Amino acid sequence: MLNIRGLAASIDDKPILKGIDLIVPPGEVHAVMGPNGAGKSTLGYVLAGREDYVVTAGSAVFNGTELLGMDPEARAAAGVFLAFQAPIELPGVNNANFLRTALNAIRRSRGEGELDAVQFLKLARAETKRLAMPDDMLKRNVNVGFSGGEKKRNEVLQMALLRPKLAILDETDSGLDIDALKIVADGVNALRGPDFSALVITHHQRLLDHLVPNRVHVLSAGRIVRSGGPELARELEKSGYAGIVAEAA
Amino acid sequence: MNAVSPPPRPGAAGFLARYESLIGALPGDSALRAAAAAAFRAAGLPGGGPGRRIEAWKYTALRPLADMLFAPAQAPDIAEPPTLAGAAAKVVFVNGAYRAAMSAPPAFFARFADRPDFGTLSWPDREPMTALNTMLAADGMTLDIPANTDGGTVHLASIGVGPTAFHPRHLVRLAPGASLTLLETANGTGPYLHNPVTEIHVGAGARLIHVRLQNEDIAAFGLSTLYADIAEHGTYDSFSLNLGGRIARAEIRATLSGPHATAHLNAAQLLTGTQHSDFTTVVRHAEPHGASRQTVKNVLAGQSRGVFQGRIEVARDAQKTDGYQMNQALLLSPDAEMDCKPELEIFADDVKCSHGATIGALDADQIFYLRSRGVPAAEARAILVRAFLTEAIDAVADDAIRALLEAGIAGWWDNQAA
Amino acid sequence: MSVAAETLDAVQSVTESGYKWGFETNIEMDLAPKGLNEDIIRLISERKEEPSWMLDWRLKAYAAWLKMEEPEWARVDHPPIDYQDLHYYAAPKKKNGPKSLDEVDPELLKMYEKLGIPLKERAILAGVDPDEVEERQIAVDAVFDSVSVATTFQETLKKSGVIFCPISEAVRNHPDLVKQYIGSVVPIGDNYFAALNSAVFTDGSFVYIPKGVRCPMELSTYFRINARNTGQFERTLIIAEAGAHVSYLEGCTAPQRDENQLHAAVVELVAMDDASIKYSTVQNWYPGDADGKGGIYNFVTKRGACRGARSKISWTQVETGSAITWKYPSCVLLGEDSVGEFYSVAVTTNHQQADTGTKMIHIGKGSRSTVVSKGISAGRSNNTYRGLVRMAKTADNARNFTQCDSLLIGAACGAHTVPYIESRNPTAKVEHEATTSKIAEDQLFYCRQRGLSEEDAVNLIVNGFCKDVLKELPMEFAVEAQKLLAVSLEGSVG
Repeated sequence: MLNIRGLAASIDDKPILKGIDLIVPPGEVHAVMGPNGAGKSTLGYVLAGREDYVVTAGSAVFNGTELLGMDPEARAAAGVFLAFQAPIELPGVNNANFLRTALNAIRRSRGEGELDAVQFLKLARAETKRLAMPDDMLKRNVNVGFSGGEKKRNEVLQMALLRPKLAILDETDSGLDIDALKIVADGVNALRGPDFSALVITHHQRLLDHLVPNRVHVLSAGRIVRSGGPELARELEKSGYAGIVAEAA
Repeated sequence: MNAVSPPPRPGAAGFLARYESLIGALPGDSALRAAAAAAFRAAGLPGGGPGRRIEAWKYTALRPLADMLFAPAQAPDIAEPPTLAGAAAKVVFVNGAYRAAMSAPPAFFARFADRPDFGTLSWPDREPMTALNTMLAADGMTLDIPANTDGGTVHLASIGVGPTAFHPRHLVRLAPGASLTLLETANGTGPYLHNPVTEIHVGAGARLIHVRLQNEDIAAFGLSTLYADIAEHGTYDSFSLNLGGRIARAEIRATLSGPHATAHLNAAQLLTGTQHSDFTTVVRHAEPHGASRQTVKNVLAGQSRGVFQGRIEVARDAQKTDGYQMNQALLLSPDAEMDCKPELEIFADDVKCSHGATIGALDADQIFYLRSRGVPAAEARAILVRAFLTEAIDAVADDAIRALLEAGIAGWWDNQAA
Repeated sequence: MSVAAETLDAVQSVTESGYKWGFETNIEMDLAPKGLNEDIIRLISERKEEPSWMLDWRLKAYAAWLKMEEPEWARVDHPPIDYQDLHYYAAPKKKNGPKSLDEVDPELLKMYEKLGIPLKERAILAGVDPDEVEERQIAVDAVFDSVSVATTFQETLKKSGVIFCPISEAVRNHPDLVKQYIGSVVPIGDNYFAALNSAVFTDGSFVYIPKGVRCPMELSTYFRINARNTGQFERTLIIAEAGAHVSYLEGCTAPQRDENQLHAAVVELVAMDDASIKYSTVQNWYPGDADGKGGIYNFVTKRGACRGARSKISWTQVETGSAITWKYPSCVLLGEDSVGEFYSVAVTTNHQQADTGTKMIHIGKGSRSTVVSKGISAGRSNNTYRGLVRMAKTADNARNFTQCDSLLIGAACGAHTVPYIESRNPTAKVEHEATTSKIAEDQLFYCRQRGLSEEDAVNLIVNGFCKDVLKELPMEFAVEAQKLLAVSLEGSVG
């Protein structure tokens, strides 16, 4: 599914990622953990194609296609979805309209027919209900005036509608209470299957209790310093990153 | 030659006649003066007579000035202005002429009369009052702060004794890395015209704090024009408190000519009676990453008229400019008037520029709240006006200077109450 | 199919880049000789079969115009206009007056089709009994070059007492009303272009809503300049008597031509006690080509007088066309508690120049005004908001709120804001805010991450930016306006 080799990236000439090797096989969920400033969010942005990050080395092959160098919308069409750590506000842009435009853009690229307003609303209402989101979430402007939790749930709603092949969740769990956390985990679990992989960037073990990863990777100073099974996350929760980071240095 | 001098004439004609009579006697570049005289002859005093109004003077007409008869400046006996706490250096001008006996000039001071320098930034061809100054300037202050030197605090004091007109020419240059605090005060008695042109160069990484307290006589005309050029990483931080004058105008044209330059052009105007005071600024962002900030507060009582015109210009190359401007006015009387023209002229796309303007009265609910707590109405108003001014005044960091400004405001308020 | 859907389809059918309304219609024209003098004005008045007072009024305006100078204060730049090199009268040759559709040139009907005038109206133009038409109705007056060629629904409107007809007809049939109100809001000597219009206006719409009547349908005018070297000088006058309400829509197009064409219209609105007038414009005159060649010079004076207590005048405009736009739809708020509104979206691309805004003159006690202006500059264009808010001494407790936002797309354009704010009443409150920015990179990235192309993302964000204005438009126009924004900005991104 996703094969990252020697990935290095910098912003404003400052190197952030210094050679990442990571393979996420189809159907697997991998967690990326690590201290602040390790480059976790950068990894998500680089995979999604944010333009202010400059890739200086390496490759990221997704289902046989090199992602790096593709436009962000082309990556989205290929099935890459990034749930933003801080979802962006779009004043004056209606959430439903935004979601339908995005969904239809992706459906077009998959050769599927576009949904009209009625079909879309039916689908969107079902998903909002499943995610226990208030109905008016669709009517409001994208993320404008949303609480932190609402923004995160809006990301999960988008993911549910767009049905990506690779979901990158950038600290989607931060700032969520336990119920919301479960909703996020359920949202991802619902998509799990042989054609779906996820990269879950998180600080905490909490989310991983509900969203059990196949592998856990520890990122520090732009490199993966350790990988292991789900038990690694529990170990980190207990003993912190200091030991592992020091050991790797 | 002077035996049959013609009777004095008012207005522009009077100034031109004065220039004619002084040709050859004034210091410095006579060709420049002649060109300025030609420009002034063509333009006249803005709004001084019939003819097309200049947009830059839309809200201020110098008609009353055009009727004034001025005598050549004398050197009257006056009391020495008080010395500012913490300011070792003081430079005093009386009716535009340097008064050595009252001054304690810093080492980097020179007189315009001794070493005339018209600078490079001013626009006599476009600005009538600058043309008038260029034509007749006789004296002024030149400060040259050497590189990486702290010039401390310098107090520039102007005292006018009417009826006369004077046109001082000041030049302040901060070499790279230099710093200076400049306090400028303007006072006087009687009808006079104080028409200074000031040119300021803030070198790379240099920092000038410029506080101006304009408290001209209520019969006087205080019309100042200031040109500032701020180089890379330089800061020009100015605050103008306009209290005096029959007709006053402070015009500042600041150009951020190097990347990462900063300009603060804050001001407060407190007016009463039939005073007219105009604060006009043009901030030109010529290079990227510049920042400009302006907070302008107006408190208008009696039949006074406040004017604020502020333009932010962003040139094509000045990407990442951050420009902000806020003008607020309180009308304390049914006969006061505020005219405001904030303006944005933007040619670069990656910028953040905004301006805001509000005009209104004191908040009736707030007054009521204070009164319900036992504060008398007049005091309640004073408290709220002071609170309104705080945002602008607080930008002045120097305690002694801020105390001076606060004393000026308190004096204005006492006059109101009386 | 609903009218809105028809309009949408008409606009959607247009897919390729460039100006979509640039067709020319071959219709036999009746042209006055080029040039402007008293004889031409007499000729216009004669063709219109005007009473002598109207001719005298025109001649007075002409005399005033001769003494005036073209204004120079706006941020627009153009070569001098040769006022003697224009035809001041151009009309499709009539066979016998266009009252019945059979007499309307089929070419003209085809033009309406191309213009995207909703099928419903075309059907009505084609002779369907208006009473047979259900759903929402819009009465249309179509002004082709200088003359009004067809007004629909006149009979239906007549039943409610509403007069909606070409102004030339009103001059003949309702002379007292015209005489009373024409020039009462925009006097003949108001400004250079208004004086010119007053001298040579050839047609436009006249609307009169009697006391207490809510106009039963939206009224709409489509303006089109077709003939070469003509100026279009239409004049619109809308009067809402006490308690009357009307919503009026105006759409404009012109063919694609290399030379510049002059359009100098005057619109006067009068609202009495408790009356309201909503005036919406989608202006899409030909803007010139990518190099700035050709396009309409649009010098327009629009002003409304809120004469009555609690009267309300609301201007909404979406300006995407014209090489030069010079217009300031204004409100004179005389009535106590009267309300003025101005909602504007102005888009400029290529070499377009727009200098537009409003004046809100508060005279009445308790008068209120709202100004929302959204300027979008792209290409090498310049887009200026120019506005005046004046609180007169009498305007106790008056309120104004102004929000001006500018968006820049690309590094070669300019966005300018020039508000004048004057207050002479301490109980009046004025608030003004203006911002200038570009579309944030993180907003674009967010949309693209969700699969939107950069162009779609820009359109979405621009539409969001304009939402506060677009929501003020009647539905039919809102849809059209959104599509127009997208078409106007095509190719400006990246």
